[in-house]
Amino acid sequence: MAISKFNYNSFNVTPVAGNTLSFNSDADGFTTKGASAMVLIKTVTASSSSTVTFVNGTSDVVLDSTYPIYRFVFTNCHPSANGPYFQVNFRDGSTAYDATKTSTFFAARHSEDDSAAALAYNASNDLAQGTGDQFIDGFGINNDNDSSISGELFLFNPSSTTFVKHFIVNTSGHFPASHNFTAGYCNTTTAIDGVEFSFQSGNIDAGTIKLYGIADS
Amino acid sequence: MALSKLNFNSLNLTPVAGKGIGFDSGADDLEASFSSGSMTFIKKLTASSDGTLSFVNGASDVVLDSTYKEYLFTFNNMHPATDSVNFYVNFSIDGGSNYNVTKTTTWFYAYHDEADSTTSLEYNAGLDLAQGTGNQPIMENIGNDNDQSGSGFMSLYNPSSTTFVKHFTAITQDIIHANYTENAFIAGYCNTTSAINAVQFVMESGNIDAGTITLYGIN
Repeated sequence: MAISKFNYNSFNVTPVAGNTLSFNSDADGFTTKGASAMVLIKTVTASSSSTVTFVNGTSDVVLDSTYPIYRFVFTNCHPSANGPYFQVNFRDGSTAYDATKTSTFFAARHSEDDSAAALAYNASNDLAQGTGDQFIDGFGINNDNDSSISGELFLFNPSSTTFVKHFIVNTSGHFPASHNFTAGYCNTTTAIDGVEFSFQSGNIDAGTIKLYGIADS
Repeated sequence: MALSKLNFNSLNLTPVAGKGIGFDSGADDLEASFSSGSMTFIKKLTASSDGTLSFVNGASDVVLDSTYKEYLFTFNNMHPATDSVNFYVNFSIDGGSNYNVTKTTTWFYAYHDEADSTTSLEYNAGLDLAQGTGNQPIMENIGNDNDQSGSGFMSLYNPSSTTFVKHFTAITQDIIHANYTENAFIAGYCNTTSAINAVQFVMESGNIDAGTITLYGIN
């Protein structure tokens, strides 16, 4: 006997293109809901990794014109060495992570013993047409078992061949507590097709970095 | 014969309010744990030598009402026709007839030039508002070189409230005309208990030559 299968119009709800089937707010009927505009692309879990990289077209990574904005979320990135800065770099047409960047950096910090608290610009952590790694924390991360850094980075329109590529980062570090604000642009009209995270020295002992695409349609 | 359709209780799973239906981790059963659409695309406007870009509730598929508690606007490569102009936002309580809601706001920013001669983190009292009805800058002095622009995002909280003032926060990043990078933080409130039902973006002078603004609803 042939198996009878349900079709799109088998359910007691009006189909909406591109939406999913859900229960309504009273859980007594069906409704339709749009898919989330923020789409998980890739999760990388560090394990004594010298770098974590996201390269368009490699290992299921999408980092091209598919999305106008990309969001990286780093959770509990823990260094093997004691006190290195967490950093990011971008590649723009070659395999090297050396895009030219101009950036700002400022941070708030507060010590656990309440002895120091401040908000200040840090000119040692910004770049002026630099090609080196961009620090995205201001005080280094110690490697105590419970110490790490978390935060997010937004990269705008990386595939543009017209505009420079803006990025905005905010992170929360540990020991001291720090709230770090980094922003700037890759001063290139070549597409950015790879992003690399690392610690200033040693490995990324543990932690996860997720890449999301934010859809605009 | 009446068409028989499946109802919410026709499936072999326990209904959960607001949850989507998906396959379980073993791909051998259904479950109601799928959270669909916590960030929902609403509308994208692409500038092409436009004087203004406006999002008006109920017009052109725009939703800006009680459907969502938070609305997120993203700005991608906003490029002015005129060099060194601010990018503004304003709000309306009358469906876009007037963009003149009273606002009190803060503005601070960090900036740094490509020549590495200047860095700063400071409050800018010239760009905030104190019960002002005019446009609120959310990017400053954007350059109009071909590769210059500004990007960022702005959240508008509970615009349909008729109880509270309407808070908004914005973080933007732009390259200003003299080749500075500028990271700006803007926040404040529309000091009204009327519902905000339209939002408009405009350059200080000249057109919005290019760029996209996308509106999302956040559950």
